[in-house]
Amino acid sequence: MNLLVSLFSGVLFGLGLVVSDMIDPARVIAFLDVASGAWDPTLGFVMAGAVLPMIIAWRIAAKRVKPVCGDKFPGPASGSINRKLILGAATFGAGWGLVGICPGPAITALSIGGLPVLLFVACMFAGFFVASLTARWL
Amino acid sequence: MVFNAHDILMGLGGGMLIGCGAALFLLFAGRIAGISGIASAVARIEPGTHYKGSVLFLLGLIVAPQIYGLFHPMPDIGVTHSVVLLSAGGLLVGFGSRTGGGCTSGHGVCGLSRFSPRSIAATLVFMSIAMAVAVFVRPMIYG
Repeated sequence: MNLLVSLFSGVLFGLGLVVSDMIDPARVIAFLDVASGAWDPTLGFVMAGAVLPMIIAWRIAAKRVKPVCGDKFPGPASGSINRKLILGAATFGAGWGLVGICPGPAITALSIGGLPVLLFVACMFAGFFVASLTARWL
Repeated sequence: MVFNAHDILMGLGGGMLIGCGAALFLLFAGRIAGISGIASAVARIEPGTHYKGSVLFLLGLIVAPQIYGLFHPMPDIGVTHSVVLLSAGGLLVGFGSRTGGGCTSGHGVCGLSRFSPRSIAATLVFMSIAMAVAVFVRPMIYG
């Protein structure tokens, strides 16, 4: 049941990225490039549309003891706003602004994006690995 | 500014699908739909994290365009970046999202919606840096 829900959640999430066209890096760049004169606000509407159901979901989660087919809900966000968080977010932002691709759309586009997307995803996993090695020093 | 009703509706609707997927994952599986975290779990980079559920979530993402393609023309995405740019982008995105503990989905969608101060800070930082890079750095690279 848990696994079926995971698969279905992934399908919904991926369909949302396709329907909203956020799997097209050009659309993402058209939002990030606020000075282009042809600014495309779509990504803002996508974020708003995605945050709304999640606000409700967190409210429901707060009233329940445990998830329908899991052990427990995720605890409160741990840690403070520290150097690691800011450094990581800034690095992620730099990469995202450069190519307009982030992890969700990258993986969703794997079956239609050909070699360029495959290369991006391979390098992204290499980045995950490097981060796991450097985590203790940051 | 390009404001067209179709894009806004598709954006809102698509966003809601994303949010519903994340909400289902939270309320049923008790997990946060942060793609960088889920992908790291699949690569077994961090031990002891819900391996099977993560694999299936990613599988769901991968088949989604094919399911969409059954009813609509396949989405056409133009990834025209050079090999160097794609590699650099991938490394920065991978390293940064893991180091910062989340990306657009984990901090952006799941964190903002619970009003987590860490996620609000992270989202403000990655949004502003991404905009700065898109506005000032990309023109230098692409000419």
